[in-house]
Amino acid sequence: MCALAHVFEKAGIATVTLASTLSVAERMQPPRALWADFPLGRPLGHPRDVEFQHDVLRRAFALLDADVGPVLVHHPETIESDETPLSCSIPPAFDADASPAAQEIRGLRKAYERSVEARNGVTEVGRAISPDEIEHAVAVLQSIVDGTPWSEAGIPGGNTISLIHDIRSYFEEAAMQLVDGPPPAGRAAEAWFFEETETGKVVMAARQAIKDADGPFPVWFYMAPGHR
Amino acid sequence: MSGDVAMRALGDNFPVPTFDDPAWVTPKPLSQATVAIVTSAAIHTTDDERFAPGDTSFRYVPRAARNLVLGHWSPNFDRTGFAIDLNVVFPIDRLEELAADGTIGSVAPRHVAFAGNQPDDVATIIHDTGPAAAAELKADGVDVVILTPV
Repeated sequence: MCALAHVFEKAGIATVTLASTLSVAERMQPPRALWADFPLGRPLGHPRDVEFQHDVLRRAFALLDADVGPVLVHHPETIESDETPLSCSIPPAFDADASPAAQEIRGLRKAYERSVEARNGVTEVGRAISPDEIEHAVAVLQSIVDGTPWSEAGIPGGNTISLIHDIRSYFEEAAMQLVDGPPPAGRAAEAWFFEETETGKVVMAARQAIKDADGPFPVWFYMAPGHR
Repeated sequence: MSGDVAMRALGDNFPVPTFDDPAWVTPKPLSQATVAIVTSAAIHTTDDERFAPGDTSFRYVPRAARNLVLGHWSPNFDRTGFAIDLNVVFPIDRLEELAADGTIGSVAPRHVAFAGNQPDDVATIIHDTGPAAAAELKADGVDVVILTPV
């Protein structure tokens, strides 16, 4: 982000950067930057809070009044991520022959479809697999947990980063349709997926199994956020 | 340690490029300026090509587009904020409101998205695709860009 600020300024366009990592902004010194201690992934602070977003923009555009730079100003508010798992009940889809993860995936399907409809067809799912392939993909991950070598398991979608992205997005997008009240805090849905759902537990167990089998670092590490 | 704290601590040790003799533009008054968003969130429209890992190219985001996908490859940030309200990453509706009330001159016809997950030196973006995108926005009459990360 800071590099692009220098590039665009050099091209004759005045730039204002919303900086998400203070130490990077301090070292790269973009012409004008507003550092905000907000959750990563939410540089304008709060979703659906028009007034707050305008306040961020107002503070950012005010930096254009500076005569000399670089200018680095701190936003006065901190918004912390909350890694308390989201409180989200998955609609039941009981099938004695289905795994707990498969029952979750089926139970969330209608909520996922409502999310896609609410976003006019937009979904993050589809980078590697379709929604219809998620149940099979999680079964493959379970087979790795159960002892199938990861390189022989037939992991769908070409790579684990994309695959887990799609599975996690399916769950998180569905969950946004199942919770009431104000938008959940940053990382609450992540914590719910990895800590509370059976599918998330399968993902983490498969990640551990690939790691224990000396699988390549990129294959297992990016299956979950780095601090997990 | 929370995920955001861990990621920012990682950022403390990222090697970063340095810029000798950095440029400085004195902009026209904001109320007369055409403003564009440039984001490193790898945003693209649903019918556009997805970003590949380490992709150094960019996508145009038309002013009216709202069918936007967050194509960044990192698993290390929250995506639900964008799913709830894309303006929390890409404040296009806020810019429209600022143009309507006269705070800014106008909203640019095209905006630009890069992928922030890049090789350490970001050389291609600095020397090739970044200047190319900037030239396009300059040709569109853009005076000011606001840069947003994830």
